[in-house]
Amino acid sequence: MTDQVLKQITFTINGVKRSLAIDIRKSLAEVLRQDLGLTGLKQGCGVGECGACSIMVDDVLVDSCIFLAVWADNAAIRTVEGEARDGKLSKVQQAYVDEGAVQCGYCTPGFIMATTAFVEQCEGKTVSDDEIRKAHAGNLCRCTGYQHIFNAVEKSMTPDDPMPGQDDHPNQES
Amino acid sequence: MFNIETHIKAGSVQEAISLLMENPNARLIAGGTDVLIKLREGKPAFRHLVDIHGLAELNGIEKLPDNTLVIGSGTTFTQAIESDIIQTHIPILTDAAGSVGGPQIRNVATIGGNICNGVTSADSASPLFSLNALLSLQGPDGTRHLPIADFYKGPGRVDLGPGEILTAIRIRPEDYEQAFGYYYKYAMRNAMDIATIGCAVCLKTSGGTLTDYRLAFGVAGPVPIRCREAEKAVKGHPLTPALLEKIAATVVRDVNPRTSWRASKEFRLNIITELSKRATKKALTRAGEELS
Ligand SMILES: Cc1cc2nc3c(=O)[nH]c(=O)nc-3n(C[C@H](O)[C@H](O)[C@H](O)COP(=O)(O)OP(=O)(O)OC[C@H]3O[C@@H](n4cnc5c(N)ncnc54)[C@H](O)[C@@H]3O)c2cc1C
Ligand code: FES
Ligand code: FES
Repeated sequence: MTDQVLKQITFTINGVKRSLAIDIRKSLAEVLRQDLGLTGLKQGCGVGECGACSIMVDDVLVDSCIFLAVWADNAAIRTVEGEARDGKLSKVQQAYVDEGAVQCGYCTPGFIMATTAFVEQCEGKTVSDDEIRKAHAGNLCRCTGYQHIFNAVEKSMTPDDPMPGQDDHPNQES
Repeated sequence: MFNIETHIKAGSVQEAISLLMENPNARLIAGGTDVLIKLREGKPAFRHLVDIHGLAELNGIEKLPDNTLVIGSGTTFTQAIESDIIQTHIPILTDAAGSVGGPQIRNVATIGGNICNGVTSADSASPLFSLNALLSLQGPDGTRHLPIADFYKGPGRVDLGPGEILTAIRIRPEDYEQAFGYYYKYAMRNAMDIATIGCAVCLKTSGGTLTDYRLAFGVAGPVPIRCREAEKAVKGHPLTPALLEKIAATVVRDVNPRTSWRASKEFRLNIITELSKRATKKALTRAGEELS
């Protein structure tokens, strides 16, 4: 690896500021997994078809396998690792657990980010079943048959119930 | 890892043009949803990149004082869907943008990249054909405006000179005011699929007749096409059910679909005639008209 292919970039990852020299040939998925050890996101297809690598860049959901790492310069990145706080799952994550929406789990980190992006966008709005499906059309799951995932999304969107410890997740504020 | 040899981020359109002139092997990358797939497949054509990803100059949708609509080439499909200007004046483009890929793709893929890759299935292309869109192409010698119908030279080939960049897409008021459109995408799946056939209709009506009719298709030939025969045949036609039959009967003369693994030529012809009717009907509904 020569100096020519290295570039210094700065970004925040799950709220923490990082500056590092990255290989310009790498996708953001590769930098996050290989350079930062954030192996939550998965690389399934590598060509934008399956959504297993979904993350958020400045709160926009993207497939990190077809997103150049250099584009992360000055951006705020969110991956599934940042969703649970202080050992407590986010509301979306908890809904996936409660609804049995996880089987092998390979698609789950990507789905969690897709649902999180959707829930944040739709805050305060009522959404149709069709909108839920369309918002998750970029994520494939080979195990669940989708119905449990659909249920988890619906559950993520219901107003907080007074269950103690579930209603004031710090990550839902922004 | 992508097989990239050089990558230079352009800070402006001018700089991107200079960089392209300096390195004739360099290619632009915007959203990268085509370029990075080709690199992944090991295609060497994109080893040298001039990066216009997120360039503010190319981003945005506006309505000029003379009512011309200007869409920056770097506008993403999500931005197009969320645009009030597009939703109000040319909802046919909202239809098309909403039919592209999934959310992750629409969040990143640009309308400029969709046109410049020269692909017949590009979902924004046939709607822009039906809107008589003008492309603003900026190069080392200045800017020219080219009708989109003249831009396509062949599969994957478009009329971009050395150092030229598509900066914006312009829709003139006479082409969208009092006009109603609809984009109908037929694909094997409802999401994350490339069109088997894409059909775009733009029309105007007055006093019970069709006064302007523009019909365009994607995947009905090697590049997106306008259907001039069908258009000529029905201009001035009364708004009766016979109108749809006439369109379906003449449109076959305009198109030249082929057989691929996705669909046979015969099946495509069948979809083309059917979609020409359905999309026209939907556009008429948007115009507040009914066939009687
Ligand atoms: C999973 C997946 C699903 C998809 N689904 C669809 C779909 O349903 N419908 C559809 O139409 N497409 C689809 N695509 C294809 C692709 O997303 C679109 O064609 C997209 O609009 C390309 O835009 P981009 O900005 O990503 O282009 P890029 O990959 O950045 O560039 C594409 C081409 O255009 C050139 N270029 C880019 N910008 C300019 C410019 N301003 N001036 C001159 N040349 C330029 C580049 O050099 C390159 O040749 C899909 C792709 C993927 C990976
Ligand atoms: S690995 Fe990125 S979309 Fe499949
Ligand atoms: S749980 Fe196995 S792929 Fe979704």
